[in-house]
Amino acid sequence: MRFAPARVRPALAAAAIAAPSVLALYAFLSAESGTRVSLVLAGSVLAVLAGWRSGLLARLVRTADERALVVALALAALGLIRAFHDDPFVLLLLSRALLVLVACLGLHVQLADAGVPNFAGAAFFGVGGYTAAVLGRGTLPHPAVLLASGAVAAAVGSLLLLPLLRTRGHYAALITIAFGLLFRTFFEVNESLGGPQGLKLGGFRVLGFDFNDDRQLLGVDYSGFAFYCLAALALTLLAVAFVRRLERSWLGVALDAVRLDETAAACFGISIGKWKIAAFTLGNALIGVAGGLSAMMVGFIAPNNFTFQESLVLVSILLLGGLGNLAGLAVASLIVVGLPEKLQTIQEYRYLLFSVLVVLVLVLRPAGLIRRAVRRPFGSVLP
Amino acid sequence: MDLLAQYVMNGVMLGLMYALVAIGFTLFFGVLNVIQFAHGDVLTAGAFAGLASYAVVVQAGVASPLPQLVTVALAATLSMAVLGAVLGRVLVLPLKAAPALNVLLATLMGGTALRESIRLFYPGGSQPQRFPTLLPTSSWSLGRFALRLDNLLMLAAGAVLVVALSLVLQRTRLGLAIRAVAQDEETARTMGIDFRRVVLLTFAIGSALAAFAGVMNGLYYAEVNFGSGLLLGVIGFSAAVLGGLGSFSGALLGGFLFAALQTVGAVALPFASAYKDVFAFGAVILLMTWKPTGLIGEQLSERV
Repeated sequence: MRFAPARVRPALAAAAIAAPSVLALYAFLSAESGTRVSLVLAGSVLAVLAGWRSGLLARLVRTADERALVVALALAALGLIRAFHDDPFVLLLLSRALLVLVACLGLHVQLADAGVPNFAGAAFFGVGGYTAAVLGRGTLPHPAVLLASGAVAAAVGSLLLLPLLRTRGHYAALITIAFGLLFRTFFEVNESLGGPQGLKLGGFRVLGFDFNDDRQLLGVDYSGFAFYCLAALALTLLAVAFVRRLERSWLGVALDAVRLDETAAACFGISIGKWKIAAFTLGNALIGVAGGLSAMMVGFIAPNNFTFQESLVLVSILLLGGLGNLAGLAVASLIVVGLPEKLQTIQEYRYLLFSVLVVLVLVLRPAGLIRRAVRRPFGSVLP
Repeated sequence: MDLLAQYVMNGVMLGLMYALVAIGFTLFFGVLNVIQFAHGDVLTAGAFAGLASYAVVVQAGVASPLPQLVTVALAATLSMAVLGAVLGRVLVLPLKAAPALNVLLATLMGGTALRESIRLFYPGGSQPQRFPTLLPTSSWSLGRFALRLDNLLMLAAGAVLVVALSLVLQRTRLGLAIRAVAQDEETARTMGIDFRRVVLLTFAIGSALAAFAGVMNGLYYAEVNFGSGLLLGVIGFSAAVLGGLGSFSGALLGGFLFAALQTVGAVALPFASAYKDVFAFGAVILLMTWKPTGLIGEQLSERV
């Protein structure tokens, strides 16, 4: 990259990261047979390892401009939607991965920024979904329904605020676990919201535009899921921009302080409780919005989709992506959501597989799969 | 009156199970200051190990219930003692120096792996499994309340186990070593106590207790399910917290207290029997909020 003028180097580096990633993703999504999928995966892992060992990857990551990278990836995602325009299976998979990513961004604000554990992620996802199911039937415009999903999830989460503030560490974790289990059992025995059978939902509509309809645009037939994919992409971009802004502002510094050392933070006049409340509520709101859109996309919601296992899967994504690493989070969401769909043989074994993977990461690399970036007092963060 | 007796009996049985699980949590916390979140799933695994050994014994042609019972109990407790030590060795000891969240995640995920393995690899493990009736089923009727012999036997066995463990902790060299490590690891090491050995033995003992509780649970409800340990684990942990983590008698107290609370809830809200588990988890959250460090309370001050 020496040859390029210094001003375009960050953009070039971003393109150099985005292009091969998207090619790999395209190959992964279009692979039909299990062998092809495995080959693509093995190839990608080898490429990343080679890039890592040679130091090329580290240099690219250091030079790349974050904003340029996000723009490049978003453009590439648009390209992928165009490429798979009439393949509902791939589009659904992509949208689900994006929505899971948004939910994980919520968990990221809670756990990776403020250090508040949340083992009820799937429950808050479900709260968002049920809110969308109930409000979506009414006359409320659907974008407002999504906002309401987030607000209700945050409100339900506020029930846990007092318990979470009075406890720490293991105890706080146990409270969220108990809540996740409680939520699921409650919706299973409570008949007013469909009981174990769950509820059906209509599709997402904005100004008379029904996202469920297939339609032709510029001479190309798009499956309805293409529009959900677009909406999920927009939501993801908003969430990423929001989280990054948060982290780079003084709010992020305060959250870091609360996570790293409560006593020291309190000594500097940072109100621990206030920041934990803020992070927990914001995180749940993000998870709830993702859950609302997801329920409208799938058209169906039942307590069985929000088990404790699913909450653990969300936390696994956070950990496998490298705690505090947004790019890793995106890759991990894609793999964790996409792999069981693409390799049907492991569908049944996915919880086992992911739990063993997380245990391996924790035991073999206690500092995390990818080391966490250190905040630099001025300018961007170091890799 | 009869109904009351029935409720009390049920509560005492539940309390014993909770207490056995809570003692495990409290022992682990004592020696290592960690929470072993896979403990509930160890309980399930114990019940399933007992079930598997029962199938083997029946295959081998043993028909009388007493040897069957002894085999089931021994297979469950011994195998889980080994598994507990392995979990301690693989998941907990290597992460001793890591942030507390890592141990939490590792044991939580280890428990998931255990639970999923039972669901996937035990024949028919995804469905609830019938647990055989191994205890005599005779009962004395006192009015309309039937005092069942099998319940009495289970209670007696559990009580013997708890007393024996408390004697081991108070009267033997191993117990002394466990208490020493719990008080101060470094000093215990300088006194020539093999830290790792003591920790792993503690994990073995605690997990064997959980396995016993698992078999008891199976015998009592005549059914085991791959997910049943999750509820018992969460309740056992909160019982241990309620009694003050690290305290043996506290765990005992917490277990029975929680069962009493649940029974009172069942009596007071009879219409809501479907909400039994909702009530239990809600109680967990409320109790932890009310007394975050337990009724007896641990030291709150923190050295910086």
